[in-house]
Formats: sequence, structure tokens, C-alpha cells
Amino acid sequence: MIRMTTDLSKDTKDTSAAPAADRSSRTTALLRLIAAGGLATVVSTFLAWTYTSEFPGDLTVYGYPAGLQVLTLVAGALVALYALAALGLKGLRGLAPAGAAKALRLLALGAFGTVWYTVLAIAVQLGGLVNLEPGGFVAAAASAVPLAAFLLPDDTRQAPRARELPSWAEILIIVAVFGIGMYAITYGIDTEDPELFIGYLITAGFAVGGLIRAGAIARLSALTAKHRQVTVVAAFAAAAAFPFTQNTDTYTLIAVNILIFATVALGLNIVVGLAGLLDLGYVAFLGVGAYTAALVSGSTASAFDVRFPFWASVLTGAVVSLIFGVVIGAPTLRLRGDYLAIVTLGFGEIFRIAMGNLDGVSGPRVTNGPNGIPNIPDLEFFGYDFGESHTVLGIELGSYANYYLLMLLAMVLVVVVFSRAGSSRIGRAWVAIREDETAATAMGINGFRVKLIAFALGATLAGLAGTVQAHVQHTVVPEMYQFAGPVPPNSAFLLAAVILGGMGTVSGPLLGATLLYMIPAKLQFLQDYQLLGFGIALILLMRFRPEGLIANRRAQLEYHESDQSDAPDKGLSGSGVGVGVTKAGA
Amino acid sequence: MNTMTTTTTIGGTASAVPVLEATGVTMRFGGLVAVRSVDLTVGAGEIVGLIGPNGAGKTTFFNCLTGLYVPTEGRVSYRGGVLPPKPHLVTRAGVARTFQNIRLFPNMTVLENVLVGRHTRTKEGLWSALVRGPGFKRAEATSHERAMELLEFIGLAHKADHLSRNLPYGEQRKLEIARALASDPGLLLLDEPTAGMNPQETRAAEELIFAIRDQGIAILVIEHDMRFIFNLCDRVACLVQGEKLVEGTPEAVQGDERVVAAYLGTPFEGAPGAEEVAEVEAAEAHSATGTGGTTSPEGEAQ
Ligand SMILES: Nc1ncnc2c1ncn2[C@@H]1O[C@H](COP(=O)(O)OP(=O)(O)OP(=O)(O)O)[C@@H](O)[C@H]1O
Ligand SMILES: [Mg+2]
Repeated sequence: MIRMTTDLSKDTKDTSAAPAADRSSRTTALLRLIAAGGLATVVSTFLAWTYTSEFPGDLTVYGYPAGLQVLTLVAGALVALYALAALGLKGLRGLAPAGAAKALRLLALGAFGTVWYTVLAIAVQLGGLVNLEPGGFVAAAASAVPLAAFLLPDDTRQAPRARELPSWAEILIIVAVFGIGMYAITYGIDTEDPELFIGYLITAGFAVGGLIRAGAIARLSALTAKHRQVTVVAAFAAAAAFPFTQNTDTYTLIAVNILIFATVALGLNIVVGLAGLLDLGYVAFLGVGAYTAALVSGSTASAFDVRFPFWASVLTGAVVSLIFGVVIGAPTLRLRGDYLAIVTLGFGEIFRIAMGNLDGVSGPRVTNGPNGIPNIPDLEFFGYDFGESHTVLGIELGSYANYYLLMLLAMVLVVVVFSRAGSSRIGRAWVAIREDETAATAMGINGFRVKLIAFALGATLAGLAGTVQAHVQHTVVPEMYQFAGPVPPNSAFLLAAVILGGMGTVSGPLLGATLLYMIPAKLQFLQDYQLLGFGIALILLMRFRPEGLIANRRAQLEYHESDQSDAPDKGLSGSGVGVGVTKAGA
Repeated sequence: MNTMTTTTTIGGTASAVPVLEATGVTMRFGGLVAVRSVDLTVGAGEIVGLIGPNGAGKTTFFNCLTGLYVPTEGRVSYRGGVLPPKPHLVTRAGVARTFQNIRLFPNMTVLENVLVGRHTRTKEGLWSALVRGPGFKRAEATSHERAMELLEFIGLAHKADHLSRNLPYGEQRKLEIARALASDPGLLLLDEPTAGMNPQETRAAEELIFAIRDQGIAILVIEHDMRFIFNLCDRVACLVQGEKLVEGTPEAVQGDERVVAAYLGTPFEGAPGAEEVAEVEAAEAHSATGTGGTTSPEGEAQ
């Protein structure tokens, strides 16, 4: 049977050899067309698309791109770049190690989508196509041309070994990519209009998809894996640079909230992603930390008339969270199955309701009930007041910039904890428990103990983030800690951030949290449909990319491995040589 | 290899200090008695085989030995100390096992699977993982070294970075053995280690098991492949419907009519080898009448 298939494939190869030259000339022509379309799209962004400045971004100007035109420019440029790369232009070949055709399709869709979205939005919002200047029509036409990419033959191939670059060049690439990445994220955070933000999502989504298809992302992650130190420093520097790019506090506050959300999601990833424990009430631990910090902050509404210094309140918050984690975990983690999910779900709700009832009427007066604890003073750290603006390197930093940097440190701490714990004896035990609890205990792992450690560690990290959150928000109310609600972080969104981003990875939950925070924050008009859209997005994700946006190292290995000739699952798709070798086991 | 000579039985009876001593082990699931009052000893340096038709209770007996099930009655002791019915404590004490239907950690690499097996022999906790002091690094390095050694031993070192689920079947079985060996056991329990293997692989597995025994590890092995069992074992016990029917040297068990009857599922009457029947000592009190081959669903932890 194997013989036959091999022969068959040989036959088809022979017959297809003849028109190959013909096909390749067709391909070249198509690629030239696509490149021209991309460039024309780029040029069109320098024209005016509409004559009133009522549409956000002011697209009335000849000579330079604005608003959505900038996004179009990026999308068009990417199309042109990849078309040229596919044509074999020197120096660009590294852009598409795994083949350009599929990438081009996505990129072409991105450019087309961005332009047509813009044009239609103008027409709908201003009432009719008459509002379009010729530039708009040019753009619409030009951006449709690259769709010819769907006629290209598939050239997906296994990425060849990367050419060895000198280390400084590789480091330069990493730094540049992080710079660009941070710029792209900052651009997203700083966009004001929902129209612009939707355009941003379209452009960015297709661009990233295209880069993944082209194998560029895989190559990049190989580079970052090679230079881990540099990557970590570059990522940190890029993130730390954010407040320096802002002139007001508005977007810094959004960024601080994203950081809090992302940090807590990363903590949850230890519990869910590594140890495989489904915690549906995780936000309650954030609440425990926040309430503890609020109670010892010296706020007038607090039942305790004390004001702890910052370090002491952080420690108290973390320890109280830890205690809650152990108290909740100890009885439930002995059981297998869904008990933990049910108990944590219950705990999350009980926490919120209890905080609402400890108001002196329904219970002892501790938390000021549903009104919460307001007027939490700003942090002070050895005389450094977090509430004031400071000037660093001649740049004025608002008060939220202080919190941003503090939260960034907290996040770094959680990242370090996650990666160090993950790649150690205890981390392996977590993953083993997640994979097969029976086998894990038979290998000598005390399941209960190891799970309790993961659970308690997760709780502690959330509590730690909570102490900062209390001071950032200046107030804590029970309603901030719901199971599901419109504002992240809540338990459902935290879990979604982990699953969407990629379980068991560091960057996955960070990305997931960023998206899940930004999309509702930027698209206020979606409020009513947010949970619906969110559900649809999750379903689509589970269908098309079940491992999450960022696959973890192990899932990556899997892809990597199916490329090797001796992998068992390869079946008959491989060349005749590889097939006969390993069928024995089956 | 040098193992060819060792197939002859060395000591039919267990030596002074038995590695494993199970007495009166009984396991009931509701009305079903899966294992009924089974006694078994494994001496130092011995390879003992456990055979029996499907559903005889072999895997259940293993689960009782390793603490996955708490036996309804009976006592299991390892080197004189009673084993607590908790799997991780059993492993810590020095009894390691493999599973009938392979239970590797599918999404971990081959190396990581073996490293998990090292769990009981290392003690670095969360704190030392976070601080990463010299002690942690040393322990981690030693574990890696030992794990690679084991992979070398079973011949999988070149696949250390592969995901275990992508290994061919035979290699998965070998990896499970390496993972069990990583806990430095004094007794290794193998549940059908050659199921699904081709003849060459089975022979290689035989050599592997001899090599393990030569390291001073006693072995108790369940297997349906009789050639394999009779080549390998110093002593063989046969379970039928939860009870130990016969125990003795491979030759004795091979010739026992009740064993043959149990496997064929019919009373052994007018069989060709009638003269052999006389040779077999009829020591056992139980009579093997009409043992229908009970087909059983897969157990939980096989
Ligand atoms: N957890 C359980 N609950 C109820 N019955 C069980 C359980 N585990 C095993 N049994 C039953 O105990 C009997 C013995 O099963 P066991 O798996 O030990 O057989 P075995 O000798 O290993 O068979 P095989 O050769 O097919 O592996 C079977 O009838 C089985 O159905
Ligand atoms: Mg069995």
C-alpha cells in the first residue's frame, strides 16, 4: 500500500513537471500585480478620502496620511513588501521563511478590510458615497487588487534553517521588534475613536495572522529564545518607556489597569495553565488583597484606624490572601474533578456578598458595605509620593505613571515567579498532575500538597496585585469583584484571558488581558453586546486555535516535531523515504 | 548478551528477606470480588510473573500493591515495612510501576517525563525554585544527568526533546519503564510491558528487563505472552477469577492442567497430554471447574 502511494505521487510529479515553467511565469505576473496593488494602496493614503472633517481622523488632507489612512498605509506596505519578498527580492527573503502565498492572502484581506471598512464607515456615517473624494475610490480599487493573492499557488514549505547572523544583528532585530511592538500597542491604547480602533484591530489582526503564516513569528521566537536575557531586558524597557510617551494621565490609567489585569491573569495561569485547577472565583483573591490594603491604608471609612507603610500593607495583603487560599483549597483539593470549580465559584460570590454585608447593619461594621472604602490615600514610599507628578529626564510624569511603573515591577515579579516555578521540580509536578493525576501520584507526587501549593501561590500573587489596585483606584467596592461583568478584571474575563492568550505561557495571558481590556474600553458602544461578542470570539478561537493565541513551548514542540521524519503521526503525507521507517509501533 | 544464561531458575523459593510480601490481599467492588485472598512474595533479585486470563484481577492486584486501591483486606509489606495505601508513599518507599494502557504525560517531553519520576528522590520545593540557589542548581543538574542516563539505558536519549505522545508505541512502553526507574525503586511492577509489541521489540524488552534485574531490582511482571513469561521469570503465579490458582517454576505452571483450562475456558478433559497431568502435584485445594473466560470492561487504573 505504501509502495503504491509513493508511486502515485511520483507519477503526478512527472506529469506536473511540464507546465511548471508556464505556471511560474503566471505566478510572477500575479505577484507583480499584487505588489503594484499594495503600492497603489500606499499612495492612495496620501490623497484625501473625504471632504469634511467630520469623520474622525480628518481624512481631508492631500499630502500626508491621517487616522485610518495610516493603518491603510501599513497594511498596503506589508502587502507590497511580502509580494516583493515572494518575487525573490534580495534581503527580503527572510520575511517569509515558510512561504508567502498564504501570508499574502491574509495581508491582502487586511488591506482590503481596512480600506473598505473605512470607506463604508464614511459612507454610512456621513450619509452616502457622495462624501467620498476620489482618493477614497482610488484606495478602494487599489486595495482590491492584492486579493489576486487567492489565485496564487500554495507555496507553504518547511522553514529552512535560519541563516546565521552576527549576534549584534540578531539583538538589533529583537530590540527593533520590541520597539515596533510597543509602538503598535501604544498606538492602540492611544486611539480615541471607536472607528479608528476597529480599523486598528482589522489591520493588526490580519497583519499578525499573515506574519504567523509566513513563519516570521516562529523565526522571531527562535531568536528570542536564543537571546533570552536581551529579550527580557528589551521587553521590560519597551514597557517601561510607555509613560514617557504620554502627555496626559488618561491613557496611563488604562495602561495601569491593563497591567493589573494582566498580572492577575498570569497568576491565574499558574493555577489553571500549569496545575490544571479550574478556579472560577479567582478575582476574589484580588479582592482580598485590595480590601486588606484598603483597611490598613488609613482611609476614614476603614474600620481600623491604622496606616501601614506600603511594604507592610503589601505583605499583609499577600499573607491574608494566602491564608484564604489555603482555607479554600485545603478541603477541596483533596477531591478530584469539578469540586474545586464549584467551591471557588461559590467563594467568589460569597466574598463579594460578605463585603457588602459587613456594613454595621447586616453584620459587623468593617468594610462600609456596598459603598465600599473610599479615599484610599496615595502610596508613599520613603517620602516618594505616588500621587504627585514627577519630572524624570525632563519629561513630566503624572501620578499614574508612578503606579504604572510600580505595577510593572509587580508584573515582573509574577513573571519571574511563574517561569522559575514552572521550570523546576514543583512545576513539573504541576504539569504532571494536570496531564494525568493517577500517573503523577504513582510517580511519587503528593497530589494534594502540590495542588495546594499552586493554589495558594496563585492566591498570594493575586492578593499582591490587589494591594496595588486599591491604591490605584483610590476606592474599593464589592462590585469590582464579580464573577462576570462588563469591566475586567472579573473571574470570567481572567479565565478568558488565560485561555485566549494561551495556557501555560507567560506572554499568552499578557496578550489576552491586553486585548480583553482594550476592546471593551475602546468600543464603548459595544457595551450591550460585549458578552455576546466575547462568547462568539471564544467559540471561534476554540474551533480554529484551541491552544490559544500563543501556543506554549510544548505545543510548539509538537509542530516542530511533526516536521521531523521520524514522528509517528506523519502518516503517508511525507515523502516516500520517511514513510517506511516508523510504522512498526502502530 | 550475558543474560542468556540467567533464564534457568536460580532459587525457586524466596530468599531470607522478601522484597515484597503480600498476604491475604482481597479487593471487593460491591458484590464483585476482583482479588480474593492472594498471597505473593517476591524475593531479592527475582523476576516473578503474574499470569491469568482477562479479568482475572491482575491489574487490580497491582493497584492494591501500589496504593491506587485500598485493599478490602490483607497486608502489603515492602522489605519488612507495611506499605501505606497511598500511591506517592508507596513510590517513595521504593515500589515503582508501569501501566497496562500507557499513562505517560503526553504533553511533556521525554526527558521531562523521566524527571517527574525523580520527584521522590529530590526535595527542592517552591522556595528553592524561586531563589535558585546553588543547591537547587546542583539538584537539578543531578536529576538531568540521572534522567539522561536512564534514557541512554533504554535507548531513547536521542529523543529527549520529543513530546512523549509522539513516540511510537514500543518506545512509549520503554519510556514508562525509564520513568519508573527514575525513582530508584527496589521493586518494579510491570503491567503487560510488551502488549502491542512485535517479536523483535519483545525480545529487546526481555533483555531490558534482565538488565534491570541485574541492577539489583526485583521485578513483578504481568504478561499474556507465555513465551515471554516462561523465558523471563524465576517463578510464575497464575490468577484466575481473583484467586491464585498455581504458583511455581515456569515449567510447573506451564504444564498445569488447571492453568491451561483457565486459559482455554473449558474443563480440561481427555486432553492429549494426559501423562503430564500425573506429573503435576495436586497441591491446591480448589478445583477448576468450568471457568468461563469472563470478558471484563477496562478497569479505571490499569
Ligand atoms: N474500579 C473498579 N470497579 C469495579 N470493578 C472493577 C474495577 N476495577 C476492576 N474491576 C473488575 O475487576 C475484575 C478484574 O479486573 P482487572 O483489570 O484486574 O483484570 P486483569 O487481570 O488485569 O485483566 P486483563 O488481562 O484484561 O488486563 C474485572 O472483572 C473488572 O471488571
Ligand atoms: Mg490488566
